Amino acid sequence: MSAAEREAMLLVAVTALACAVPGVLLVLRRLALIGDAIGHVLLFGVVGMYYLTGDLDSPWLVVGAVLSGVLTVALVELLERTQLVRGDAAIGLVFPALFSVGTLVASMHFRDTHLDVDQVLLGHVEYASNAPMAHLFGVPVGRRPTVALAALALANGLLAALFFKELKLTTFDAALAATLGFLPAVVHYALMTAVSLTAVAAFDAVGPILVVAFLVLPALTARLLTDRLNRLFVLSLAVAAAGAILGVRAAFYWRTNTAGMTAVTLGVLYGVTLLLAPRRGLLAAEWQRFRRRRAFAETVLTIHLAQHEGTPAEPAEAALSSLHRHLDWQPAAVAGVVGRAERHGLVTRSGDALRLTPLGRQHAREAFAHLPG
Amino acid sequence: MHPLLELLADPALRPTLLGTGLLGALSGGVGAFAVVRRQSLQGDVVSHAALPGVAAAFWLGGRSEVVLIVGAAASGWLALALVGGLVRRNLAPFDAALAAMLATFFGLGIVLMGSLQRLYPGTNAVRLQQYLFGAEAATVRMADLAPLVVLGVPALLVLFAFWKEFKLLSFDPDFAASLGYPVRRLDWLLTAVVVVAVVLGLQTVGVVLMSALVVAPAVAARQWTDRLGPLVVLAMALGAASGVAGTLLSHTLSERGRAVPTGPTIVLTVTAVALASLAFAPRRGLIAAAFRRQVQRRRLLSEAGAP
Repeated sequence: MSAAEREAMLLVAVTALACAVPGVLLVLRRLALIGDAIGHVLLFGVVGMYYLTGDLDSPWLVVGAVLSGVLTVALVELLERTQLVRGDAAIGLVFPALFSVGTLVASMHFRDTHLDVDQVLLGHVEYASNAPMAHLFGVPVGRRPTVALAALALANGLLAALFFKELKLTTFDAALAATLGFLPAVVHYALMTAVSLTAVAAFDAVGPILVVAFLVLPALTARLLTDRLNRLFVLSLAVAAAGAILGVRAAFYWRTNTAGMTAVTLGVLYGVTLLLAPRRGLLAAEWQRFRRRRAFAETVLTIHLAQHEGTPAEPAEAALSSLHRHLDWQPAAVAGVVGRAERHGLVTRSGDALRLTPLGRQHAREAFAHLPG
Repeated sequence: MHPLLELLADPALRPTLLGTGLLGALSGGVGAFAVVRRQSLQGDVVSHAALPGVAAAFWLGGRSEVVLIVGAAASGWLALALVGGLVRRNLAPFDAALAAMLATFFGLGIVLMGSLQRLYPGTNAVRLQQYLFGAEAATVRMADLAPLVVLGVPALLVLFAFWKEFKLLSFDPDFAASLGYPVRRLDWLLTAVVVVAVVLGLQTVGVVLMSALVVAPAVAARQWTDRLGPLVVLAMALGAASGVAGTLLSHTLSERGRAVPTGPTIVLTVTAVALASLAFAPRRGLIAAAFRRQVQRRRLLSEAGAP
């Protein structure tokens, strides 16, 4: 692994970790698309502040970007509160408008400034190793963007741990939180400020659009694996770290855009989890359905036998060779069902005749009692 | 002649006006359905998710506009289909699924573009920029209108041919299913129409701004009517008018020296129309509501016999 790759991996990893924590809350609070909108609108804040200060290195640019994120949230909520526009349409109205103002101002006033669109929109992790070093008490601790994002990741994690109870309550039952005096609105805007701040910091590394992948995908992946909030945070962090390491490796191996490759890797991890998650995964669901179908067939068999037990029709109805006609099953499926029912001790077979065991009789009775109607 | 009329008559500008007008009508029409179905941000997702399709089509040797558009539409549609699958199987909430697919597909597009740039140096930098932001000052030639006419007009026709089905699907999909309509297939068809409209707009106004063209005309029209028919027609008219007005505005302003890009101007025009509708619409509008409240307060006070 080259030094450049190591630096890039570190930067992407801390970015992913910083995004994972607020991402969990965005997903749970159905605010994922607000994250997307904030990402787009940062440009508006940067351009606006540059227009005011005329300095591309001014710290006010960062302040402007964070504020523009919060402004987006406030405008969307203002529109929603009129009850004339629903949430999704409000988002779709606000962020393109702010983005347009940003591009208009940029293209009218900063024609000569070197504002590389590709870099602004896609980030430039590749240049992580060119960034200046950050010093702590005169000791170099790492590249400046990496250190900043690491600090942010730490801060996000600490805040989430510190205000875990408040976040949990306002996320899952805002009304109860309000009656208990927890001020959900304050929590909401604090979270939105954290998201804006994180997005701004991640802006340099991965660009405003791919930040959405870092916010949403680890949380969605973790959500498939657990129903508990604390585990959700931990698993999201783990997924984020894994995605960053694998993604950067793949990007350097195939020599392509690092941030994009990491987003794709996070998407692939999500896809794999979708398939393989132990309880909610697609394969698990398919397996459950398969087992339930087999169990149901056995139940139907016992009910059928119980219905005709002791009646004159029993010899005909309980004959293995004609069972497929009575139950409207595929002839080939009968042997399997009967075999399993025998193994489970529900029926016994003598020649062509099937008989219920006491256990089978009880099984039929119970199943019958549970039938609706 | 009035200078504005002169611009309208300018043969050099006519294709651009036609293009943005047609685009506004198309996206306004599909946007009306998207907004009613609470899927306003479909357009946003499609426009981002189209990127890998563009790259893949280019990679497979497609150089013509139509091939790139088909590639874009295919990947945009795939992203929405995956979102639908996730939501239907209850594996992710709708908004998070949209965001996840948007970001993953966009990332894939960036990766493919990155590899393309390595393989064919210098070919794509400009295109990518144009794809993201729209053309600098949209100059549409007559030939560029071909995809818009060949794909856009049929898309609109589909919208009207399946009017009854789409109406039912938008307002009560469960009822539609109970009547025996193939709801899932209808959903896919309506999605395909949205995708076509969005993809056609990418070249002219770019990714971010295309979302506005889908949402804003519909939000504006929604304030003036409660019926789907007038809503769609009005959204189309407002979309077309905003497209034309925005183009004229950007050209008029550009002539004073500074180049004003067309896409953002159109978006701000259409946003202004939406905000004006929110304020001034006769029944739902904010001003009308405030006025009604005032009248009611007066009446209440006088009935209560307040001093």
